[in-house]
Amino acid sequence: MLQLSKNPTIDTAVKLAGVTVAMFAFVFVVMVPLYNVLCDVLGINGKTSGEAYTAVEVKVDTGRTIKIQFIASNNAGMPWEFGATVPMMKVHPGAVNDVLFFAKNPMPSAMVAQAIPSISPTRAIEYFHKTECFCFNQQPLDGESSAQMPLQFIVDQDLPADIKTITLSYTLFDVTDMANSAVAKR
Amino acid sequence: MGDHHHGPAKGLTRWITTTNHKDIGSMYLWFSFAMFILGGAFAMIIRAELFQPGLQLVEPGFFNQMTTMHGLVMVFGAIMPSFVGLANWMIPMMIGAPDMALPRMNNLSFWILPPSFIMLACTLFMDGGAPQAGWTFYAPLSTTYAPPSVTFFIFSVHLLGVSSIMGSINIIATVMNLRAPGMTYMKMPLFVWTWLITAFLLVAVMPVLAGAVTMMLMDVHFGTSFFSAAGGGDPVLFQHVFWFFGHPEVYIIILPAFGVVSQIIPTFSRKRLFGYDSMVYATASIAFLSFIVWAHHMFTVGMPVAGELFFMYATMLIAVPTGVKVFNWVTTMWRGSLTFETPMMFSIGFLILFTIGGFTGLMLAIAPVDFQYHDSYFVVAHFHYVMVAGAIFSMSAAIYYWLPKWCGRMYNEKMGQLHFWVSFVGFNLAFFPQHFVGLAGMPRRIPDYALQFTDFNMMSSIGAFIYGAAQILFLYNVIATIVSGKPTSEEKTWEGAEGLEWTVATPAPYHTFETPPPVK
Repeated sequence: MLQLSKNPTIDTAVKLAGVTVAMFAFVFVVMVPLYNVLCDVLGINGKTSGEAYTAVEVKVDTGRTIKIQFIASNNAGMPWEFGATVPMMKVHPGAVNDVLFFAKNPMPSAMVAQAIPSISPTRAIEYFHKTECFCFNQQPLDGESSAQMPLQFIVDQDLPADIKTITLSYTLFDVTDMANSAVAKR
Repeated sequence: MGDHHHGPAKGLTRWITTTNHKDIGSMYLWFSFAMFILGGAFAMIIRAELFQPGLQLVEPGFFNQMTTMHGLVMVFGAIMPSFVGLANWMIPMMIGAPDMALPRMNNLSFWILPPSFIMLACTLFMDGGAPQAGWTFYAPLSTTYAPPSVTFFIFSVHLLGVSSIMGSINIIATVMNLRAPGMTYMKMPLFVWTWLITAFLLVAVMPVLAGAVTMMLMDVHFGTSFFSAAGGGDPVLFQHVFWFFGHPEVYIIILPAFGVVSQIIPTFSRKRLFGYDSMVYATASIAFLSFIVWAHHMFTVGMPVAGELFFMYATMLIAVPTGVKVFNWVTTMWRGSLTFETPMMFSIGFLILFTIGGFTGLMLAIAPVDFQYHDSYFVVAHFHYVMVAGAIFSMSAAIYYWLPKWCGRMYNEKMGQLHFWVSFVGFNLAFFPQHFVGLAGMPRRIPDYALQFTDFNMMSSIGAFIYGAAQILFLYNVIATIVSGKPTSEEKTWEGAEGLEWTVATPAPYHTFETPPPVK
């Protein structure tokens, strides 16, 4: 067996200290990613895929109409005005749809924002494909200016028949500090 | 080597600089008793508020701080350090070692604790008050909606985690390296076995708790979103990480108690422990199973059905090794020459009440019915039956059992019996009615309740006050024994006692087993 010290007591203690460090690391490098992977695979906590979806042989299913609701909210302390230009859309599975969100920075200084998406019901997650989304990137805005932010999505034609309404929610985060420090590092 | 046989140093510095396992054990025990009184005071405030429906004494926010602090102080301040203290005192004496393997670290691991708990107690006086999210401090209550004092709470948890880990490393190193020649693993007293396994559990899961509070710290101060759904995280992740620590933690609390009872019941039955080997294997099985059942604390979060079934069956499986243990204790008493001194009374009380707590645990393990019991007073009743009647009763038994060996004076048997009976009646009066109000729908952690729960809550409060008063009796008994108990110098305080600790002089000298004893 591995011998780390000639003194058997120190040997035991050092090995156990190693176990302690390994278990602490285990939380961050195994438990958290594993939880996210499992939720992703099982689709159980509303997280959407961060990847753009490339459509394959789109067949528009005009026989069905799905209601898409948009919810936009600000994280605590975020001063921007943020919302969808329309509260709700009716779409057919398979069709490519566009919608605009708007954002306004009322503050005098430039800020950077990041939107984090979530979808309900969770079973709809794997059938909701975003081909273009402002949430893929950070959104910088100069002081007292505003922007239109595009979202393009396709509802999969394989969406289970019992799902008639999908709610897409965005929360806007102030990431100015993080963005600035990333710039400073460069 | 010249002053190898010196006694303890004089004055306060003795206690600050000591590396003697008996001194450190005593400090742990006194510290944990102080925390027991503090946590008990919080419980008295809770029960006083719940004596009647409506808001009488405290604000709801303060009530939440009380439930939170009561749980934290009792689990981390009273129960865990008390068993570490017992381990310090008894393990070297039980395995024929001169001291713990790492005496300086032993000193450090104790002296980290008082500052840590002083800091935790200070949060009560800070702006916004103490943490109020319950002892399980679920996010986002403990992150987004926490008072600013949560940062101090996190640091406090880090410190006591470090202390526990160092204490456990010390215990493992002692048991693995300092056993007297001939003391094979399967000859070790069961208290040593249960502590060895407990120490491994601690080393494995205290870092997980540290990880959970570190993630909280990062969410609160450094802009991460581990537990914030709005930022792409998930509050349910907190519950998984917490209970991955939390479930082994409950066995960390109860396994040493099993060990104590396994020492005491054979002594007063004047028989060897029935099924020693199966006791060891049962303890190890419980420890292993504790790692794969954590999600039974969170059946209602919306797990896939397969997950609910897995955690339900795995949880029920724990009843098997636990049942083996209860069977062995009962069988040890079967046809023994029983006498009922105070340690034995507390052990039998433990056996009966812990088994009741085990059965309610089985009820809670059934996933479909847990949806009714979840977060109700039924859960409160369940875990007080296993924590108080399990850990605290066995700790009381241990004190009465070994106190004569420690201080060379006998406690007053009548006073000991009185302490037991007042505790037993008070405990059951306090917690048995909580099963009923829980099943009838009273949620836990509320300062006010519906009128139909009034009578049972009143009984509960009266029982809690009686149980609290009994602990003052306990303190009196211990001090009276140390100061003016009947001196005894018999090596074996109890005629039926077995083990190396009963071969040293009474009171136990400052240094024991400087040369390893022979082990048959």
